[in-house]
Amino acid sequence: MHLTLERRKWLWGYAFIAIPFLFFLAVRIGPTLYAFWVSFHQWDPIALDRPWIGLDNYRDLAQDKVFWKAMRNTWIYVLIGVPLGLSISLLIALGLQQIVRWSGFFRALYFIPYVTSLVAVGWVWRWMYMPNGLINEVLGFFGIHGNNWLGNPATAIYAIIITTVWQGLGFQVVIFLAGLESIPQDYTDAAAVDGATGWQIFRHITIPQLNPTIVFLVVTGVISNLQVFTQVRSMSSQGTGGPLNSTISIVLYVYQKAFQSLPSKMGYASAMTVVLFFIILAITVVQLKVLQRDTD
Amino acid sequence: MQVQTATGISSLSTTAQKQVDRNKRRRKFSQIALVVVLLLGGLMMIFPFVWMISSSFKRPQDIYSLSLIPPVFTLDSYRTVLNDTSYVRWFTNSLLIATITTLSVAFFDSLAGYTLAKFKFPGATIIFVLILSTLMVPTEMLVIPWYMLSIELRWTDSYWGVMFPGVISAFGVFLMRQFFMGVPNELLDAARIDGFNEFRIFWKIALPLVKPAVAALCIFTFLGNWNAYIWPLIVIRSEEMRTLPVGVAFFSSENGARFDLIMAAASLATIPVIIIFIIFQKQIIKGIALAGLKG
Repeated sequence: MHLTLERRKWLWGYAFIAIPFLFFLAVRIGPTLYAFWVSFHQWDPIALDRPWIGLDNYRDLAQDKVFWKAMRNTWIYVLIGVPLGLSISLLIALGLQQIVRWSGFFRALYFIPYVTSLVAVGWVWRWMYMPNGLINEVLGFFGIHGNNWLGNPATAIYAIIITTVWQGLGFQVVIFLAGLESIPQDYTDAAAVDGATGWQIFRHITIPQLNPTIVFLVVTGVISNLQVFTQVRSMSSQGTGGPLNSTISIVLYVYQKAFQSLPSKMGYASAMTVVLFFIILAITVVQLKVLQRDTD
Repeated sequence: MQVQTATGISSLSTTAQKQVDRNKRRRKFSQIALVVVLLLGGLMMIFPFVWMISSSFKRPQDIYSLSLIPPVFTLDSYRTVLNDTSYVRWFTNSLLIATITTLSVAFFDSLAGYTLAKFKFPGATIIFVLILSTLMVPTEMLVIPWYMLSIELRWTDSYWGVMFPGVISAFGVFLMRQFFMGVPNELLDAARIDGFNEFRIFWKIALPLVKPAVAALCIFTFLGNWNAYIWPLIVIRSEEMRTLPVGVAFFSSENGARFDLIMAAASLATIPVIIIFIIFQKQIIKGIALAGLKG
């Protein structure tokens, strides 16, 4: 059989992509569709009977107070954690950019939390937040009355957000620095010659030029905060999202329903992940729209 | 000419000279202020680590002392963690899982990224869009189906069970495709004329040109798998199959009040990563910046 050169290249292409493509079909795309399917069932892995119940799981979700609490908390993680992290990291990046010496050393200082395991450092923070922990001792030294930061439903979620922001700063600083370096020096020089103040340069040149970087960091930050799990599980009391569900996140609730409750409610948990999926999908679509408008 | 300009500068009026000096001094002052502020911030960033390491050397009765230097220096907590837990086994598990996953991702993601960047065949676009679309699906949505699959195929509590969801990554395929697009076609065609087969062209010509991207991908993948928590937590059942984060989490919640032991366990889990980071610091930071710009 004779193959043209082009056809032969096609065959190589199919051969190269075959394993990765089958992998994505089997491990990503298939399970995604399966999660939808499971969400329409009452699904306990041990039970033999897994009846189709249509939209009942979704109806129950709408009535579930804990789910709404988890949804509300998840948005608190997003809406406070993301802006806080981005503004602090932008300030640090602007400072680091001005530094002539030891910039590598400084970057390392800020970056180290990002590479370490949240499970391990979550416990360090948990201990610092304890009633007789470091933070209260230091506050007591200044005569300020301490608090059981993680044990008080009013403060627990913010204590966890601080740890999350702390861990993510290094990543955001590095991305911001890369974005700042890609702004042509001519722009700021020209503005300085025209007599623009530092704030004017920041407001009218740096921020607009950084726009793609900011969009990227907002989207990655929102998506990762929507999926917050590890820090809540390792820092909240007994790892259950307490006290009084004040720190529980959607993913932690999914985990509890699917893997910790008896009987296991996998269908119900899947319905929650489907809701999460649509939220993330919506955010991704908005991101694409915003980026497209930028390039137009 | 040059001599003239030089004398011109030196004969600047003294007031202008003073202004220049003042600006220089002001710049130097703000530079020092900046260094001090950034240093204070940086110390706050690494303080939890310093505190963790210092506490891990304290005796249980000194654990609530505020001193950064342990009143009595002891290695007892490390001895307890290493003797009473399967720490070494957890460490080996994590190392094995992260290394194999990283090698697999590096190979398959490069191959797929190369194919999608350099081969035109019917269906290529659809395949690319399908792979890209999986990036939007949160892992949490997949853990339930993965768990059912693992039970069906008896993969729970095995290395393969922990590894299988991550052996090829969509983000890596996308990243590598972006980088392979920059490899000139002439180079590949020249190799074709020399009679190289397509795999050899990929392996010997194209891949070496994108080494920095492969290095960045390897570092991300390794760190991600080393620190992975939710999936190992679900799929592992026995104590000796735990990965390091899962092991440390169980150990910590079982020893809730013994913060000397928890800090030793946390230090043992954290220090290897910090050492890796210090060695590969340049590549890691460059890689993150690169991926951020390309992604």
